Amino acid sequence: MGDFINIFIKSAFIENMILAYFLGMCSFLAVSKSLNTAFGLGLAVIFVLGITMPINWLINEYLLVSFELEFLRFIVFIAVIASTVQLVEMVVEKYSPGLYAALGIFLPLITVNCAILGGSLFMVSREYNLTESIAFGLGGGFGWFLAIIAIAAIRERIRYSNVPPALRGLGMAFLLTGLMGLAFLSLSGIDPAVFGGWTPAK
Amino acid sequence: MATTTEIKAPKSEPLFGKKERILLTDPLLDNNPITIQVLGVCSALAVTSLVYPSLVMAVAVVFVCAFSSLVTSLLRNSIPKAVRLIVQLVIIATLVTLVNEALKAINYPVYKQLSVYIGLIITNCIVMGRLEAFAMANKPWRSFIDGIGNGLGYGLILVVVGAIREIFGKGTLFAGSGIAMRFIGPGQEYMIDTATAGQWGSSWFGWYANNNLMVMSVAAMFVIAILIWIQRSRNPKLVDIS
Repeated sequence: MGDFINIFIKSAFIENMILAYFLGMCSFLAVSKSLNTAFGLGLAVIFVLGITMPINWLINEYLLVSFELEFLRFIVFIAVIASTVQLVEMVVEKYSPGLYAALGIFLPLITVNCAILGGSLFMVSREYNLTESIAFGLGGGFGWFLAIIAIAAIRERIRYSNVPPALRGLGMAFLLTGLMGLAFLSLSGIDPAVFGGWTPAK
Repeated sequence: MATTTEIKAPKSEPLFGKKERILLTDPLLDNNPITIQVLGVCSALAVTSLVYPSLVMAVAVVFVCAFSSLVTSLLRNSIPKAVRLIVQLVIIATLVTLVNEALKAINYPVYKQLSVYIGLIITNCIVMGRLEAFAMANKPWRSFIDGIGNGLGYGLILVVVGAIREIFGKGTLFAGSGIAMRFIGPGQEYMIDTATAGQWGSSWFGWYANNNLMVMSVAAMFVIAILIWIQRSRNPKLVDIS
């Protein structure tokens, strides 16, 4: 359990997907113009990361590694992600129309969100086990959610400020992301040992 | 912001005429994938702390972008509309797997350095964006040129950002490759894990202390923001009105 919390905290705050690795930057910049849509997309990312990560772990461990098919990893992972997203979309549409109304339009976008594929590839390269990869998926998704909420709120405010014309929109979004990244660096002082059972990085 | 450029081609025209030249050069500046279209920012920023890996990444993206455009354009009339995204993803993923295996065989240290970011070319929006916006509606040769152009536009930003960050962050250029050189700053004592740097070339501005901010990943955001600022100040037509 200690490991689970460790990896969750680490992937959400210390090694934030967007601010430390720039994963999912495209949708991060494109969808962060208003707080509501950012909220929806953030939830959808947590949801899909939390589901695809264990599935990809199982497929990687029991199919790809045991049959020595590692070179097929990219194709298999992206196929799993695309089909999971499709499946999740259908299930959500059938059983939870409320959630579908909130996530609906964002789910297809997520297939090509680098954070999802990047999470799975990081999981392989860091040799996580099943629980660790679930924690990494949920934590990474939560970090992504936090970051997009924060920048959407800032961008809603900055619309009323007097920004140099050439920096308006995209340029300012880049600058803000950089500043947020600097701010998140200070979270690297969190000592995960507080949550029990810290093991140094492999 | 991304513009769909569909060109009606007359029957006979030169293999590399004016239109092809525009396809090739337009994405370099006025329609740059990163600074104007805001596509493909995802997989790239983290690799730009040094020039050499950025260069390798740029070459990989040009390759994938060009050949996926070519293949998609060849197949464009036989791909059903409903599954076109999956087909495009499979084409891209196959090419990226090729690049990945080739890089692993040719240059293992750089492969290690780029780690997951080579795989992330699959979800690089610029590749899929060009397939959707251009290759699905145009002839193979034009699509190929368009792919090269957009790959180059993307690579240009990568290399420029990489160069700025490496010069000011470490004082070197091309560290890790055969032509590593020390550019500014004092001698060996401030070197950070750039094993081959400093053996060639002279060192100017000996008083310069390395700016560690430039080595951190957030510096890429600031450098790109400044590039956008410069570009949009020079060409007010590009300014974001919203």
